[in-house]
This record gives sequence, structure tokens and C-alpha cells, in this order.
Amino acid sequence: MKTFVCIKYVPDTSEAEVKLNPDGLTVDDSRFSFDINDADNYAVEESVIIKEAQGGEVTVLSIGPKKSEVMIRMAMAKGCDKAVRIEDDRIAAHDPLMVAKVLAGGLKDQEFDLVLTGCMANDDWHMSTGVALAEELGVNHASMVNKVEILDGKVKVNRELEGGLMEVVEVDLPAVLTIQTGINEPRYAPIRGIRQAQKKELNVVSLDDMGIDAAAVNADASQVVLEKLYIPEVESSAEFIEGEPDEKAEKLASILQKGGLV
Amino acid sequence: MGNVLVLAEHRQGALRDVSFEMLAVAPKIAEELGGEAVVLLMGSGMDDMAKKMTGYGLKVMVVDDPAFENFNAEKYQMALSALLDDLKPSVLMVGHTAQGVDFMPALAVEKKLPLVADVVELAFEDGTLKATRQLYSGKVNAVVAFKPADTFLVTFREGAVEAPEASAAGDVEKLDSPLKEEVPYRKFVEYVEAEVGDVDITQSDILVAIGRGLKEDKNLPMVEELATAIKADIAGSRAATDAGWIPHDRQVGTSGKAVKPKLYIAMGISGAFQHLAGMKGAKTIVAINKDPEAPIFTVADYAIVDDMFKVLPKLTEKLKELK
Repeated sequence: MKTFVCIKYVPDTSEAEVKLNPDGLTVDDSRFSFDINDADNYAVEESVIIKEAQGGEVTVLSIGPKKSEVMIRMAMAKGCDKAVRIEDDRIAAHDPLMVAKVLAGGLKDQEFDLVLTGCMANDDWHMSTGVALAEELGVNHASMVNKVEILDGKVKVNRELEGGLMEVVEVDLPAVLTIQTGINEPRYAPIRGIRQAQKKELNVVSLDDMGIDAAAVNADASQVVLEKLYIPEVESSAEFIEGEPDEKAEKLASILQKGGLV
Repeated sequence: MGNVLVLAEHRQGALRDVSFEMLAVAPKIAEELGGEAVVLLMGSGMDDMAKKMTGYGLKVMVVDDPAFENFNAEKYQMALSALLDDLKPSVLMVGHTAQGVDFMPALAVEKKLPLVADVVELAFEDGTLKATRQLYSGKVNAVVAFKPADTFLVTFREGAVEAPEASAAGDVEKLDSPLKEEVPYRKFVEYVEAEVGDVDITQSDILVAIGRGLKEDKNLPMVEELATAIKADIAGSRAATDAGWIPHDRQVGTSGKAVKPKLYIAMGISGAFQHLAGMKGAKTIVAINKDPEAPIFTVADYAIVDDMFKVLPKLTEKLKELK
């Protein structure tokens, strides 16, 4: 089984306030720690689980800056075999259709049975890249996958629908699967793996190296324009309880008790 | 020409909410385009659903073909590809759902058309169609403009707008199935219902809900102590389920359960829309989160901006005392 896993390096904004850069088109991410996108982390784990069961190899494919190599090495420490990092600032990163075209370029001369990627990125939330990639590659796909079973020449997957319902479908290989969070328990990289990962092959390529015409994937090629970003007002009618942590706790306890809520 | 085609979504014989919600948006966009909003319904045995969809004064086009009995991304893509050629709508609107996200990006690539996904607002400005969407769990909004194209593709977020009131009846037009060939690739096998656990959180009076802010499962006992003190059940966000802190059947949100307890205490939950969709119906909502801009505060009645671990022990202690 030859698998590619496409991953993205994203800022962790879960408990932090987000501010914009003066250009109004980008987020000031200087204060954030970056790591692998949540769903991609599960995709990496699934690719390694598949490799362990079926044999074969896993190649990491990622578009990102030099500093994202920490993430790529970590994926290799967990069992991925080699990696390709694409870096080129001409790519229209705001448009998943352009991103998919670039990833497809990275796969076009490669043999593969499976391409896994996260079903959604924590930062831009499109849920589009994987399915667009499948079309670019001319292969089958299934999105929002939370169970994978490799059969002979095909794959049986559970797709997560709304309300906890799952849809079981079979698609022929090769295929692109977009992986949903929670499908497995991502492992911690073993110390030995971390050492080995440093020696694994990591190629850095540009659009030119891949034979992709930049004019096909840049902002001009994209059919959508990112006009502006803005921070939506948090319109809250909540009563904000102030004070030191203990005071806040006491006030809240008394509100809940007096209001007959507990 | 100039029409807005809205694909009505259904599953297991029932129309999905987003199908109606899009009707609050589509007619306004169509008016700007000098066309009309038209509903498209694809499925098998569609008479009842077609009747429901006609109640909004819009034309409903129905493709009734046993091949569409269950959703299949490849069939949908093939059918819509043909229908885009035939009907030439200016906009195709589809729900940003497990169905919509499974074929719209592929359709966009195939037809070389622009797609904006997970749209929460759609409007014309100076003759340009602009879509607003959210980034970073709703902490940032982006405005994306479409460049000129034959058809603009949009997946629209479920729950972003309210469905309009039903009005006059529209006409039903039956279309020949655009599906000409057998699709050999994807095979629908079955639906699998969610597992039922020991507690049905949709019936709970009080829920203490945890999110990513719990950080580690060793912090769970602190939350359990509070829950025990106030006879609450523990629920949580997707992050809490993924981390294995709570079982799947206790997940609140779009992919889990919709709950309406008397009291909902959200701790360490930032409040992405998928979560809010499942709990905003709670009678009283308390939110504790470190980030003052966390979207959870938009639905909260009582808010504490602080580290949940600094507040929690005293809160539990006080509530025990006051009992």
C-alpha cells in the first residue's frame, strides 16, 4: 500500500485572542504556537496504522514554510517514511482549489493507492482541498471519514454525517480520503522514531521544480479574491462576572443558587 | 439565466433544515441578477418532499430517479454537471454539510468554476457577489469576492440564517434524470446509527460541558466533582470527544446532540458554531473561558473570563456549601 498524507502547519488559536495585520488580509500569528492541523494529525496516524497492517510506505506532502519541518519530522518520527515540502509564495493559499492543484502537481508522477488528508483545516475551515484534489487526480474519494477498512482493490469507510449518523460506503482504489478527527488515537512519537526521523528523506521543492506553471495556481488564476478580514464583534448580552478567580467563583455560585438553577 | 439554483438536501426521507434556510437568501441574490430562485430536488419517490418545498413561492424542479435513493457524491456531481450545462444558473447553492462538502469541490474543479465554502452571508456589492465566511473557529470573518464566472458555486452553512415563513405555492417541474450512465465507483452500503450510552444528555436538567481547555484527562475529576455536587451530567465539545475525555454520545453540537437543559455550564469551550448549534437552546448558559473574544460568550447569560482551573475548585466548594 502506497500512501501519501497531506498535512498543514497551522496556528493554535483555540484559547487566544486573534488580531489582524495592518494589511487587513492576514492574521497576526506571531504570538501563536504552530503545529499540525488537528484532522491532519489523525490522517497521519491512520496512514501509519494502514502501513503497519498492510505494509508499504507513507510519504508526507505539505505546503509550508521552513519552520513547518518540525511538524514534518514529527510525522516521520511516528512512522511516515519520507516527505516532500512545497514552498512557493506565489501559491494562492486562500483558495483551496489552487492548493489542490499544487498538491496534485506533487503527486502527478507518483504511484499511490491512497491519499489521506484532514477533512478540515483549523485555520480556514473550507473542507474543500481533499475532495478537489481527488478530482484533480482523477481518482475516487470519500470525505469526513471516521473509519477505514482496506479491502481487495477498494476501501470501505464510514463517513460522519450530522447528528452522529454514519454512512458506510465503498470506493475503489486509488482514492483520496479526508479524515475526520477522532477516527483513531494519534500516538506520541517514540524517542527512537524522533532520532530516525532526522535521517529520513525530506525534499523541498518549488512550483518550478514540480513543473507547475505559477500562472495556473497564483492569485490571478484563482477565481475568488480575498477582499478583507475582520474581527466580528462578540455581541454578548451576558453578565460578565468580575473579580479575582475566587470572587468570580463565589459570585457565580450565589447567582446559580439564588436563581434556583442548582 | 440569472437564476439561483438551490439544491434541497434530504436524508432518510426527510428534508434537512439547510434546504429551507437557503430560501431566505437565494431570492434576494436572484433579484439582483434579474433572475429567480429555483429549488432543485434530486431523489427517489420525491412527491411529498416536492410538496413541502413548493410552499415558498418558488419553482421546484424535481429529478425523481431510483438511482438517487441514497446520497452518492459521484452521482450528484455527474447530475449537477449536466444540469449546470442545461440550466446555466448564475449561482448554485448547496448546504455546507456532509453531503455538500463531499461533491462541490470536485464539481468546481471539473467545471473550472469558483467555489466559496461554508458561507454564512451572501450579498451583492457593486455588482460583485461577495461571500462572508468564518476562519479560526469564528474568531475572524473573511469577505471573499467572486471574479466573473458562468456559475458561482456556494456551500452555505446550516444554521447561519433562519428559514423564511412559508408563502404561496410554487410550481413543480419534473426533469428527466440527468444521470445517463451507471456509476461503477462508489457504493452506498448502509447507515449506522450512533451508539446509545448510559446517559441521554438530551434529557439532562443540568449539563457541565468541557472542551479543549480541559487539557488533560487527569483534570477530569475536578469537573466530575462539580457535576456530582449539582447533580449534573457531563457533556462536551468535539475536542473533548476526540481526546477521549467523554464518550461520543455525550458530544454536543452539529455532529453530536442538540440539548436544551435548564442550565449549561461550558468550561474551556471556545464555542465554534458547530457547538453553539447544539446548545444555544439551553435555558441558562454559563461560560468560563480564558479568551474574552471566545464565541461562546455570544450565547452566554453569565460569563467568566478566566482560567477554568482557577475558578472551578472554589465554585464547587461554594455550591456544596450553599446546598
